[in-house]
Amino acid sequence: MYKVVTKRFLNDAKTICLFEIEAPLVARHAQAGQFVIFRLDEQGERVPVSVAGYDREKGTVTVMVQAAGRTTKMLHTVEQGDYIHDFVGPLGKATEMDGLKKVCVVGGGVGCAIAYPIAKEMHARGIDVTFIAGFRSADIVILKEELKAASDKLIMCTDDGTYGEKGFTTVFLTNEIEANIAEGKPQFDRVIAIGPDIMMKFLADVTRPYGIKTIISLDPIMVDGTGMCGCCRVIVGGETKFACVDGPDFDAHEVDFDSLIKRAAFYKDEQDAAAQHICKITGGKRNG
Amino acid sequence: MANLKVNMSMTKNEMPEQDPVVRATNFDEVALGYDAETAMKEAARCLDCKNSPCRSGCPVAVKIPRFLEKVREGDFDAAYDIITSTNSLPAVCGRVCPQEKQCESKCVRGIKGESVGIGRLERFVADYHMAKEQKDEVKVPESNGHKIAVIGSGPAGLTCAGDLCKLGYDVTIFEAFHKSGGVLVYGIPQFRLPKEIVAAEIANLEAMGVKIVNNAIIGKSITVDELFKDGFEAVFIGSGAGLPQFLHIPGENLLGVYSANELLTRTNLMKAYRDDYDTPIKHFNRVAVVGAGNVAMDAARVAKRLGAEHVFICYRRGRDELPARKEEVEHAESEGIEFQLLNNPTRILAGEDGHVTGIELQRQELGEPDARGRRSPVPVPGSEWVLDVDTVIIAIGTSPNPLIRNTTEGLTFTRKGGIEADEGGRTAREGVFAGGDAVTGSATVILAMGAGKAGAKSIDEYIKSKA
Repeated sequence: MYKVVTKRFLNDAKTICLFEIEAPLVARHAQAGQFVIFRLDEQGERVPVSVAGYDREKGTVTVMVQAAGRTTKMLHTVEQGDYIHDFVGPLGKATEMDGLKKVCVVGGGVGCAIAYPIAKEMHARGIDVTFIAGFRSADIVILKEELKAASDKLIMCTDDGTYGEKGFTTVFLTNEIEANIAEGKPQFDRVIAIGPDIMMKFLADVTRPYGIKTIISLDPIMVDGTGMCGCCRVIVGGETKFACVDGPDFDAHEVDFDSLIKRAAFYKDEQDAAAQHICKITGGKRNG
Repeated sequence: MANLKVNMSMTKNEMPEQDPVVRATNFDEVALGYDAETAMKEAARCLDCKNSPCRSGCPVAVKIPRFLEKVREGDFDAAYDIITSTNSLPAVCGRVCPQEKQCESKCVRGIKGESVGIGRLERFVADYHMAKEQKDEVKVPESNGHKIAVIGSGPAGLTCAGDLCKLGYDVTIFEAFHKSGGVLVYGIPQFRLPKEIVAAEIANLEAMGVKIVNNAIIGKSITVDELFKDGFEAVFIGSGAGLPQFLHIPGENLLGVYSANELLTRTNLMKAYRDDYDTPIKHFNRVAVVGAGNVAMDAARVAKRLGAEHVFICYRRGRDELPARKEEVEHAESEGIEFQLLNNPTRILAGEDGHVTGIELQRQELGEPDARGRRSPVPVPGSEWVLDVDTVIIAIGTSPNPLIRNTTEGLTFTRKGGIEADEGGRTAREGVFAGGDAVTGSATVILAMGAGKAGAKSIDEYIKSKA
């Protein structure tokens, strides 16, 4: 059993929640870009979620989870001091940052929670970080202060203009790349893009003509997370890769997005049905 | 024994089974086991041959004639003690060992007629013990103070841990999954090996003093080097062969194509077949299983129980070459699994939405025997045809997981990714031992248990040699 040391919602709409979990075996080696798998209780499914932070001395790992399906909605009802059944990791490979000098990190929605520890680590290593954080609207914006502290330049934008700049991340990324060219500044040697699959696909289209290497972090459907089931297959450069062990980071210009998007929706009907069946009396708590 | 008359019946006592039509709709155990009377009658078929050839067929060297003698006398407790003196998982072995290739293949009674039903009797004794309300107190061996780490709680790891524990070692098993048992819980289905049985066998080991740390992935959460730093004096790697192989034919990433591991893990470990568990599984109607080993039979029978109307085994060779146990093939057939033999998949087809609509198969003829004596399939040109299915399950084998390979210095590996180890499980690195599928690639439960046993012996010798 793994104790929830801290729980706090990160935005007004309470769509994304931070959990700091006591898990010394995970905290020992966790790095930015890796993920963990949690399971709420005996009947629960195994759900992968990115590492958002870690404290090796305290032995805790932080995750930031958006309530999307049944399990994540039920997780949001877990309180500080409660326990969750399983929390295992770190899984996958850490994000590569060796040798980088100037990076643009782009986060979309809850993707900002995953991009945040990467930006923070890069910033700490002295890499010049521009962070573009996109959200649908003001009520779901997260990590305003944290992102500022983790970057040299922060652009916050919303689709409807209710917070920060108005517009999509693709536009601001294009602007930044063009500005580097126009002002004769060094170009980004890497773009890291994390968000909805469709956003990452369009961001890949933005950087492709400039030849800027672009890395995306994938979160396909998984069961075990250790290379055993092959459910998280993704086609990269024409080859089948397992996102759990070969990734989760991949070269955006090599990823077959159409297959990725279709595979991600495979259990949509089941997920939607399950999400409707959360007990209204207990709010999703099981076993007392 | 001399006073008791040998039962000279040429055939084994039948073991009752659930009716095939009924069992194909549920996940309850297929084989129902002997009662005490039948067990005593069956045990009386043993001739107690002087040189016990049956024992030479057992990788964990169960003292077979001795436990059979106790069964025929009706002293089932004594029989249990004899079995467990060399085998930590009798209820498992009694169910899933390919006895017809092991102990029973050496039984003299099998020369004229059927061998003694050793597997069925082992199962009976283990189940008798488990069902007893008043258990004898578990003997906790005296500790010798030496700490040993075992990686993986599958058949190899459990056996190694059990044997070392009996010798007084302080053993900790590290298991990646939330549940212990390895392939016994994620791979072999409930209807062949009830998970309650596995849990009870593991509880016995824990009562004896074996510690298990779940959710600990060696190579990720902790490295082998760190285990040594943490005071473990030897490490046994029994991490299995978890990485599924695919065919590398067009269409393998379409929607509705699963590895057998995925289907089995969702169903067995995550219990997707039960309404009260959250892990989803698709409803499917027509399923093609590619491959014909024991795992393919398991996958096909699971698919049937999940409600598929038609389940096809697609295999490129013929009936005589089927690699699965005969008993498994018969069980599958009686449950309505259909065999498309001499058919090799060439691609998987889908509609515009990406969902599988069929599998293209190419007919084969049998050619010359290969190095292992199996006749090789030869494609018939232009014979491709499409079998309409909505789901394809790939069950063509697994290879060792690369997590330990990628994070552990000093080990050497085979071409297929297995850890190189000698018969005693000794690897190229001092203090590191390995056995089971992690060494050999996918094989059987009992061979892995044999390797776990050999590993335990070598570790004991190694620790004593250092003292």
